[in-house]
Amino acid sequence: MLLRTHPVRRPPLVIAAAALTLTVGACGGAKVGSTSAGGGSSSNGAKCGQVDLAVNNWVGYEANAAVVAYVAEKRLGCTVSKKNLDEQVSWQGFGTGEVDVILENWGHEDLVKKYITEQKVAQDAGPTGNIGKIGWWVPPWMAKKYPDITNWKNLNKYADLFKTTESAGKGQLLDGDPGFVTNDAALVKNLDLNYKVVFSGSETALIQAFRQGEQQKKPVIGYFYSPQWFLAEVPLVNIQLPKYEKGCDADPAKVACDYPEYKLNKIVSTKLATSGSPAFGLIQKFAWTNEDQNLVAKYIAQDKMTPDEAAKKWVDANPDKVKSWL
Amino acid sequence: MTTLPLQRAAATPRLSRKVGVAGVLALWLVGFLLLRGRDTLRLAEADVTPVHQSLNQLNDTVAANRNSNPLFLYFFNEIRLVVDELARGMQALISQPVAGRPLPIIGWLGVVALAAFGAWALGNLKVALLTAGGLLFLGFQGLWQESMDTLALTMTAVLLSLVVGIPLGIWVGLSRRGERLLTPVLDFMQTMPTFVYLAPLTLVFLIGPASATIATMVYAVPPVIRLTAHGIREVPHDTLEAARSMGSTRGQLLRQVQLPMAKRTMVIGVNQTIMAALSMVTIAALIDAPGLGQTVVKSLATLDVGSSFNAGLAIVVLAIVLDRVTTAASVRAERSRRNPSRLGHLRRLWLLLGAAATAVCVYLSYTYLWAAEFPSQLDLGAPIRRSADAVSTWVQTNLGSTTGVLKDVFTNVVLNPLQTLLTDSPWWLVAAAIVALAAIVGSARASVTSAICLGLLVATGVWSDAMVTLAATLVAAVVVLLLGLVVGVWMGRSTRVDRVVRPFLDAAQTMPAFVYLVPFLALFSTSRFTAIVAAVVFAAPVAIKIIGDGISGVSATTVEAATSAGSSRWQIITKVQLPMSLRTIALATNQGLIFVLSMIVVGGLVGAGALGYDVVQGFRQDRLFGKGLAAGLAVVLLGILLDRITQAAARRADVVTHAHS
Repeated sequence: MLLRTHPVRRPPLVIAAAALTLTVGACGGAKVGSTSAGGGSSSNGAKCGQVDLAVNNWVGYEANAAVVAYVAEKRLGCTVSKKNLDEQVSWQGFGTGEVDVILENWGHEDLVKKYITEQKVAQDAGPTGNIGKIGWWVPPWMAKKYPDITNWKNLNKYADLFKTTESAGKGQLLDGDPGFVTNDAALVKNLDLNYKVVFSGSETALIQAFRQGEQQKKPVIGYFYSPQWFLAEVPLVNIQLPKYEKGCDADPAKVACDYPEYKLNKIVSTKLATSGSPAFGLIQKFAWTNEDQNLVAKYIAQDKMTPDEAAKKWVDANPDKVKSWL
Repeated sequence: MTTLPLQRAAATPRLSRKVGVAGVLALWLVGFLLLRGRDTLRLAEADVTPVHQSLNQLNDTVAANRNSNPLFLYFFNEIRLVVDELARGMQALISQPVAGRPLPIIGWLGVVALAAFGAWALGNLKVALLTAGGLLFLGFQGLWQESMDTLALTMTAVLLSLVVGIPLGIWVGLSRRGERLLTPVLDFMQTMPTFVYLAPLTLVFLIGPASATIATMVYAVPPVIRLTAHGIREVPHDTLEAARSMGSTRGQLLRQVQLPMAKRTMVIGVNQTIMAALSMVTIAALIDAPGLGQTVVKSLATLDVGSSFNAGLAIVVLAIVLDRVTTAASVRAERSRRNPSRLGHLRRLWLLLGAAATAVCVYLSYTYLWAAEFPSQLDLGAPIRRSADAVSTWVQTNLGSTTGVLKDVFTNVVLNPLQTLLTDSPWWLVAAAIVALAAIVGSARASVTSAICLGLLVATGVWSDAMVTLAATLVAAVVVLLLGLVVGVWMGRSTRVDRVVRPFLDAAQTMPAFVYLVPFLALFSTSRFTAIVAAVVFAAPVAIKIIGDGISGVSATTVEAATSAGSSRWQIITKVQLPMSLRTIALATNQGLIFVLSMIVVGGLVGAGALGYDVVQGFRQDRLFGKGLAAGLAVVLLGILLDRITQAAARRADVVTHAHS
């Protein structure tokens, strides 16, 4: 009635809203919470409780996290709360009681000492089965064109190829994320290489450099690691550095040998380990191969599946492995 | 117009200043050639100084005292509880499922109706439509929940910022002492890179909404404090005197005169606070803050340009909506102050009706599924992602070689020489030259401040890195200023151009840098140049907007007079409009510099190394926390150094222009 008695400018919003009210009031529809999914009541959910899972920001880690979270939720009825955190903040979370699990740890001796040995708030939960390899890599076209480049002794011969505006007249050795474990500056110095370490500052920048290097046949040499989803797209070739022997990397300033093989491991909070939760058993037993992780990482990075979809696909295809973890 | 003697008086010192600057630079060059490579204070990336080691202890001390220190038990923990509750409440309202409900309390229909109604009530019908359209667009992008998460956290941070900031701003506006006390603190908050305090923050306030909100607030609260104070200080002296003579008490003066007259400026402060809060979205994602930032960061890990652009676009849309609404609100505030009786019965009636309709929408979205869950029939996300991917791939494959040459030439001709001069000169020579330059172009006071800043910079132990960063910052700032002059003048002279260009400036300012890093890296590879380009994209809009406003502010009658006197367009720009907006240009330079500095950390992620890299390294590696903190302090010091010098230069420019007019 009011609408008709005032022949003034009519704000369309109000009219639209009023019209909506009328149509909707008549027809109704499904109500929130009545039929739709969402209730997460599982039969044995009470036993497991909540698990706080740190998710570090690289795809391989996310693959581990996706599968473990999927199995813990679907098979054990746990409530998994994924927390997207940086590595150091995740470890810190053991101390504040907000993180229960780290699923792919790369060494980090300083943090192990601080949180496991000294504060005793976390403990080693065994290897993930993945073997980590850090090193120097070149795109495949370079290994084909310059076959002897894969031996460090020949690197000086090719230094000119890698000159950039950033490398001050030397060859550019591209390093990655500031969080990565690296001895590269010491290696260059101690092996007498005519290279300068240039810090790209992020994994994204590093991958972009290698991708472009392969596509446009541009010379690139840099730090990289496996297992990594990008290696499925561009199979980088590893450079052989002087062989690693135990203790050769004891003094960071004098390192002149390759990186060790990292047996990647899992870390759990002491809180979870002593809680009697079945999730702890699952995390302890969880182990798979680099191929397994690369496959799930590919689902996520290249096929753009959500972590849950990727985990479901892998779990459905590998029932035996999953069974052995339970 | 000027009398002759005055002009000469102003011109002579200007001339001798030029000679002075040239002299200092010449001496510096000679010194550099003689002493190159001595006392450069260089430090390798992984090396630390004793100062850094002792700063490292800070983090450990916090961790050790978390559960025993009364400061934590009764102060920080209480703050955390309150902020956490607030943020979670906001999330339950619009973004996250609440206990027993699979969906938040208010669904999409309710949120759209509420926001549009709010925009209409505070602003006008046009912005209400923009708001409704913008929010629906977010839904069609397939990012409704992410956007609401971002909105919930941003609103929590903004609300708290206002609660804290407005009273502080009033205090700073009324009290000289307050101003002197708080200004350096605000400078510190705005220039200290967030990465430095992100990890300790999660120790104090734990991982969760509280830490994300507080990290955002640290960066977002200064604008509202500064602009509230500014608004109060700008109230004309005569008006205050008149009110005083009529017997107003201080409280009455504040409530009835100062606050109402400052309202418009205060709303601009609120606007700037909102923009600052939105710019923290991607960084907060690193400590588990949910929302659009999470999508951007995750897609960066797989170099998924499409998805990160889609999420970045959503942030831009949110920013533009919030900006336009607050701007409209400030216009309404101004109008209603001038003409208080305008709120007629009619409008009141419409408002009432609108409120009722909104309430119905909110109820519907609480009750019915169709109004609660955003319908997914129309998917704009997929085409947006695909086209962004296509554009990025095309740019990478077709422009890469040309842009590579551009980068090489620019780096070799401009950046490398400047950087070498700064890093390879003895530190004391660089410091002496900067102090002398500050005295010549700025003031005696600015040169004293510079000396102190440079001394502290040496103490941080990252002098050499600071010089690398300073070189890149100066180059970026010059480019920003040039762009500001060209585009700003173009925009300032025509409202049509302004209307077309402005949305692009808004987008460049609010689009998270992470989104365009991947294509930039492809164009310019990992290099300092890439970092400079990213900084220019972010900082140029501010300079352009400020200069544009300055030019359009030159009174039309002056321009008219010059035109009728037969001046050409070029003459009008160079002889009338630019000289008359000299102060604005100085302000633009200052703001451009500060914005460039805030991109240092992003630069560190794409190959700029130096301070930006040190800061991120401190965040990522426990052992290097102290060095990261020192690098953060160095950024702050560089910021204060450049700010004080440019401000002093601006004041001098002001005196000169006033002498002319």
